[in-house]
Amino acid sequence: MIATHLPVLQVAVPLIAAPVCVLLRRGDYAWVFTTVVCWGLLAIAALLLDQVMSGGTISYRLGGWAPPIGIEYRLDGVNAFVLLIIAGTAALMMPYARQSVEQEVRPERRHLFYAIFLLALTGLLGITATGDAFNIYVFLEISSLASYVLIAQGRRRRALTASYQYLIVGTIGASLILIGIGFLYAKTGTLNIADLAVRVPALGETPAVLAAFAFITVGVLIKLALFPFHVWLPNAYAYAPSMVSAFLAATATKVGAYMLLRFVFTVFGVHFAFETLPLTEILLALSLIAVLAGSLVAVFQSDLKRLLAFSSVGQIGYLGVGIGLASVTGVTGALVHVFNHALMKGGLFLAAGTIAYRLGATDLSALHGLGRRMPFTMAAVVIGGLGLVGVPITSGFVSKWYLVQAAFEEGLWPVALFVLAGSLIALAYVGRVVEAAYFRPAPPDAEPVGEAPWAMQLSTWALIGGSVYFGLHTDLTVVIAERAATVLLAGAP
Amino acid sequence: MSHAAQILAALAVPVAGAFLIWATARRPVLQEAVSVVTAVALFGLVLSLAPAVAAGEAPRVALFDIVRGLPIAFALEPLGMLFALIASFLWIATTVYSIGYVRANDEGHRTRYYVCFAAALASAIGVAFAGNMFTLFLFYEALTLSTYPLVTHSGTEEARRAGRTYLGILLSTSIVLQLFAILWTWVEAGTLDFRMGGILAGAVSERTAAVLLVLYMFGIGKAALMPLHAWLPAAMVAPTPVSALLHAVAVVKAGVFTVLKVIVYIFGVDFLRGMAGSEWLIAVAAATIVIASLIALRQDDLKRRLAYSTVSQLSYVVLGGALATSAGVVGGAMHIATHAFGKITLFFCAGAIYTAAHKRLVSELDGIGYRMPVTMGAFAVGALGLIGLPPFAALWSKWYLVTGADDGSHIAVIAVLLGSSLLNALYFVPILVRAFFPATPMPVAVGRAEAPLPILAATLVAALGTAALFFYPQALLTLVQPLAGTP
Amino acid sequence: MEALSHVNYWAAIVLAMIGLYAVIAPSNLIKKLIGLGIFQSAIFLIYITAGKVEGGTAPIIDAGHAVYSNPLPHVLILTAIVVAVSTLAVGLALTVAIKRDYGTVEEDEIDEQDRR
Repeated sequence: MIATHLPVLQVAVPLIAAPVCVLLRRGDYAWVFTTVVCWGLLAIAALLLDQVMSGGTISYRLGGWAPPIGIEYRLDGVNAFVLLIIAGTAALMMPYARQSVEQEVRPERRHLFYAIFLLALTGLLGITATGDAFNIYVFLEISSLASYVLIAQGRRRRALTASYQYLIVGTIGASLILIGIGFLYAKTGTLNIADLAVRVPALGETPAVLAAFAFITVGVLIKLALFPFHVWLPNAYAYAPSMVSAFLAATATKVGAYMLLRFVFTVFGVHFAFETLPLTEILLALSLIAVLAGSLVAVFQSDLKRLLAFSSVGQIGYLGVGIGLASVTGVTGALVHVFNHALMKGGLFLAAGTIAYRLGATDLSALHGLGRRMPFTMAAVVIGGLGLVGVPITSGFVSKWYLVQAAFEEGLWPVALFVLAGSLIALAYVGRVVEAAYFRPAPPDAEPVGEAPWAMQLSTWALIGGSVYFGLHTDLTVVIAERAATVLLAGAP
Repeated sequence: MSHAAQILAALAVPVAGAFLIWATARRPVLQEAVSVVTAVALFGLVLSLAPAVAAGEAPRVALFDIVRGLPIAFALEPLGMLFALIASFLWIATTVYSIGYVRANDEGHRTRYYVCFAAALASAIGVAFAGNMFTLFLFYEALTLSTYPLVTHSGTEEARRAGRTYLGILLSTSIVLQLFAILWTWVEAGTLDFRMGGILAGAVSERTAAVLLVLYMFGIGKAALMPLHAWLPAAMVAPTPVSALLHAVAVVKAGVFTVLKVIVYIFGVDFLRGMAGSEWLIAVAAATIVIASLIALRQDDLKRRLAYSTVSQLSYVVLGGALATSAGVVGGAMHIATHAFGKITLFFCAGAIYTAAHKRLVSELDGIGYRMPVTMGAFAVGALGLIGLPPFAALWSKWYLVTGADDGSHIAVIAVLLGSSLLNALYFVPILVRAFFPATPMPVAVGRAEAPLPILAATLVAALGTAALFFYPQALLTLVQPLAGTP
Repeated sequence: MEALSHVNYWAAIVLAMIGLYAVIAPSNLIKKLIGLGIFQSAIFLIYITAGKVEGGTAPIIDAGHAVYSNPLPHVLILTAIVVAVSTLAVGLALTVAIKRDYGTVEEDEIDEQDRR
């Protein structure tokens, strides 16, 4: 019985859990409760993915109202995969959260922190699960508002300005998506995505569709933080509490990538976006600039969290490359990278948070000699960093392999060259971290620091270990991603 | 044990050794014992596989796919067997040497040192046994990364800068050029398996093949073709055992080994010979041989002189492949072995001199032959061997190379080969002259002061190896002969 | 006359531009939020206008009327208004916190403090 209601439970459970957290009134109770909820969500996501992989697309009618009038939750290979990524990273990060939040958030706010975290999770899961365009907007704003609040909890006051900046940019982005959806509704009279997917291509190139396309694409790119819409990202990730940086880096931009895929491929269709309009050229140009510029700026950062944030700007470029190539291999590469980057960057931000937990700072100069003082944490940073470079046997290599292969298949070998060159720049910034931690002696007056608490290590290594595991055993990720890519490129579901 | 299990065990042994070394960090003596046992076990395993390969078998083992249709696979063939034998045998000698060296020079970070060494060997074996270009690339990169901490070992500003050069050149060439070429090959040929006769013939146009050749040859930065050789002299800041095993044997040989693999099994010797636009490779290799020798002449730092000599000698192997004749390939393959023994002897001597007398510069070596007669005797063996004089091994490989050049009617190449032997003599012989016939009379009171016993023993073993290969080249020849294709 | 028939849309465009300008130009954080509010209101206007059916009446089923306006956009915009109000609330709360920590709500002064 309950199995048929899994799609709505995926979103409703955290939504209901959030006010419960408020009622618990104590941080540690709220943590236990949130942990249970997150693992439950992961179980739901895994079951859903299994259902989709074995039985095909699931359509769930919210309240029993039939689509296209009623709201539909529609799960295919694409969003079931993204749901698993979101729920999985959230669940894996929960062991880490307790001590990290205890240090960074004031006691009277901790239960509220978890409540807001659950709301952010609700929003991200909702965007992904729903099959209704307006629903996407609403969930987008739920997740964004929660993110603004979470980012503002950072200990330094710059967290506030970073959050404010994100609020302004993020709201404009969401509003643009709202306009676009309004145009689509005005032209087609439907908000159901499956329905839109049939009716929008039938309209052809009318000005309203073009305008809707432009508004939605730009709005989504802002949320995705693809160059040049990335300005909000570095500060937001650098000054947010460790837990929040890691969670958002692992999930928020990934959901942005999902929205882009869903709107461009499913609603507007490959033909319209890539043949009528030059989206390939636009995306490839922006993405390659993102890869090179983002990574280059990362090289010159003096703070580990900012370095990782700019690295995210670069890595988002890889997603853009895969999507822009608009071939099965390319989209497969992008989806695999969504998964892999969530693991790698999530793990890296957790490790950076661990360092902040022990040292109170993440300056590269504070990292001197840390390879000996915090061997496990730094080992995680090195492995995660190698993943960003795309060294073989890390998962980053797999995604880049598919991206480069896709570029070759399309005959765009300069793109392949740029993707590989991006790896080199990544090597430069990862190298700086490694040099600081392993080949510079600790200052003689450095206070002795021990390894981080085991629970924080556990989360970090779960993600980093996952990034190596999925670098070796690619069956799972690639098969799912390839199925998803095939679904997307086939057009209407 | 089946061959497949043996192959996997050969890869697992150094990895397991690395873990044990790490676990015994607090007990230095035990740690050293573990290192030696690991090295011996590895050589034993590799040696036990040799008869099968010599008998013409080609055991294969494929693990899981990383990319669809591209498994991590291992396959034994003569060239890889040769490389694995040399690397694992010399690892034993180097481990013994390391124990003496690390103790005498009181090097820090010993656990990291031994662990990285074992990891590097595991990677080298992976390169040697790789069954397709993809697996080879995987271990090629692992080799770079595992040796990086050894280069920056001392943690000084100079070492860090050298580390950046090392990693920068090796990784950028391998990622931007080699990986690019591999992916291109994969998309065009649909396979990356090593096959006798190559996989590119018939799959790509001649122009594409010519571009691929450039990408591969410069993408394999470890072969140190000029102008991408700067990482090798830079790597000399590492402790001497590292320079000896890794930067005279494992790493650089992995480079030229990969070059030969690509030429023999990706392009195919016949395809390469018939290909327009492959002549440049002969020219570049020949130029590297000559120029690097000339630079070596001017180095006063002993290890840097040896490094440039290595750059020059590596191109012998590349040249052998580039000639694309049977004798050339055989000569190149043999030179992998003969140069390995000769050069590691020289590095061992350099390290012994540094340990016992704290001298790095050639100009400081006046009369060192009287203080360290055994060491300098070994040095003479290594040096004369590399010059190509009998009774030492490099004579054979040079012989085959000259024959190969003759078969391909490359008269200029013969001149380069002979000329470079002269240059070798010019940069090695003066060291010996200085050591035994100092210009200034020696103080009478100079006593014997050899390096510690482990160092001396390892040096002698390497020197004996150089001589042994001259007298028993047959084993070597039997192993590499199949590379020449049907005789 | 056609231009005039679209007067609501023109108004929305003008409002949106005023709103965007007010988000970007001032350095005062509260003024930016006001601009954001204007921008969002412009979008609401587009939706509401699109929902109007000419000659239609309020969508309450009644025997005397056959043509009704489309109620769905109104409902959507009710949701969007809630979102906008929440955004404004979060934004203002952030501004209060910024005023507390920086002692100012002027962006250039905040930047200057951050640079120090």
